[in-house]
Amino acid sequence: MKNRVENTMKTVLMISALSSVAIVFLIGFFTLKESIPAFQGIGPLNMLTEKVWRPGQEAYGILAMIAGSGLVTLGSVLIGVPLALGCAVFLAEVAPRWMAGIVRPSVELLAGIPSVVYGLFGMVVLVPLVRGIEVAGNTGFGLLSASVVLAVMILPTIASVAESSLRSVPRSYYNGSLALGATRWETIWRVNIPAARSGILSAVVLGLGRALGETIAMIMVIGNSVIMPKALTGNPLSVFLSRARTLTGNIAVEISYATGVHESALFATGVVLFILIMIVNTSARGLLKASLEGGRRR
Amino acid sequence: MKTAAILSTLLLMLAAACGEQPEPVAEDAGADSTAALSGEISVVGSTTVQPLAEVLGEAFEALNPDVTIIVSGGGSSVGVKSAGDGSAQIGMASRHIKSSEFEEFPGIVVHTIANDGIAIVAEPGVTVDALTMDQCRDIFSGAVTNWNQVGGPDMPIIVVSREEGSGTRGAFEELVLGEEALMAESAILQPSNGAVRTTCSTTPGAVAYLSFGYLDPSVKTISVDGAEPTPENVANGSYPVSRPLNMITNGEPEGVIAAWLSFITSEDGQAIVVAEGYLPIN
Repeated sequence: MKNRVENTMKTVLMISALSSVAIVFLIGFFTLKESIPAFQGIGPLNMLTEKVWRPGQEAYGILAMIAGSGLVTLGSVLIGVPLALGCAVFLAEVAPRWMAGIVRPSVELLAGIPSVVYGLFGMVVLVPLVRGIEVAGNTGFGLLSASVVLAVMILPTIASVAESSLRSVPRSYYNGSLALGATRWETIWRVNIPAARSGILSAVVLGLGRALGETIAMIMVIGNSVIMPKALTGNPLSVFLSRARTLTGNIAVEISYATGVHESALFATGVVLFILIMIVNTSARGLLKASLEGGRRR
Repeated sequence: MKTAAILSTLLLMLAAACGEQPEPVAEDAGADSTAALSGEISVVGSTTVQPLAEVLGEAFEALNPDVTIIVSGGGSSVGVKSAGDGSAQIGMASRHIKSSEFEEFPGIVVHTIANDGIAIVAEPGVTVDALTMDQCRDIFSGAVTNWNQVGGPDMPIIVVSREEGSGTRGAFEELVLGEEALMAESAILQPSNGAVRTTCSTTPGAVAYLSFGYLDPSVKTISVDGAEPTPENVANGSYPVSRPLNMITNGEPEGVIAAWLSFITSEDGQAIVVAEGYLPIN
């Protein structure tokens, strides 16, 4: 009797675990299947290297969107990661208990705000602010507004994962370092952060995945123009004032009106996004593994 | 062993569920088209025509309590496709039907139910009040990039547009940009009429195009070739940017569908069209 319950439970658990595998597989299969006409008609290489996307003129290049997604993700990481890591170190090592009790729930609350609300905030607050930067061609809509919105959106993910990995560093490391005469700051910087490095890295990669996949908030602030982002002035940083379109935004903006090859090309955009996220996740695993091994060698 | 059996059953069920999906739809469509007299009409397509179709449907349902009219959106292209492949009995399109669409679905019949004007609008701070058709084309194609090139102050022009595939954009491109010119690629694209209006009203130097139904005081209208964008000017032909709102059937309509379409083009139906802010057919 007992054995039977054991076996049934084992099967039930296995089915629930494998159903997610099945779902990933089926979604991947379906997206790929729908994208075949586009890849056949346009050619995968053409699609990836062509800058012009004009479905009305049979031009289906997604290079500009790949650049848009890449740059906005880079921007959000540049802004969001230092902020999130600072927050995590503060919560794990510095903050008095009562203060952490205020900060932590607030950060967690950030994760609960629907992305369309972030988009709205970006549209009515950030975009006019960014528009204040006096550069010809700057409309406020563009990579900078999008990066800032995205940085705030990935902050809670990175902060909470990084914090828990910092907390999991054995207390003896900290005490040992202090006993050797290191200051508190030296200990955090030289001992705790390196020891938690693999967890921090996976936190950043989780944030990266979230940034690549964000859609609705991006559509609302990035301008959605299909152009290669380029610097508006001599300063290369002004590229972030350029409008752009993300891969996710391309699908969401156009799918409701798309038919035929156009529709298939949007699915192909989804396949590219799928592959990009797989590359990010795989390289994250590689990085994690490398850092773990590096840690052991020490 | 047992686990494997259960798993494979589950996978088969999932696969079967995916594989079968298109079939029930096809059956439904078949049942609907043969049972047109049962009094249910499915209408799919342009989100510009949708609100009008809903009101016209309610009015017809009030007159014929046994009739149910179900209206859903999806866009003009979806409207033509749905009517052509039979997944809906009536498709809606807020633009002319393309020759490629007639080639794909040779059986479709187009019924114009109303006309709609498209106004050129600008952010209220823009001082330009009038443009010619050629100037409009140059602005939206990106050939002209500063208001001082069309008699305004030195201020960059920010073009705001709908996304590719939108019926409003399709009609605008056909009417204003013509065959050769393409929409400026630096245009800010927004995925709905409402978002275009908000963006245009808040971005200095912005210019956009909007269906008459979406005009409000947050944006200023610009006259084209000397004609203000008003229903009267569209009716007398002086305002050039207008388009038909179409219903599409696969083959000549019969039964309830024909009855509804003739109600729409009747005096009563056209009175509703005018009351909803659109322009009657002739």
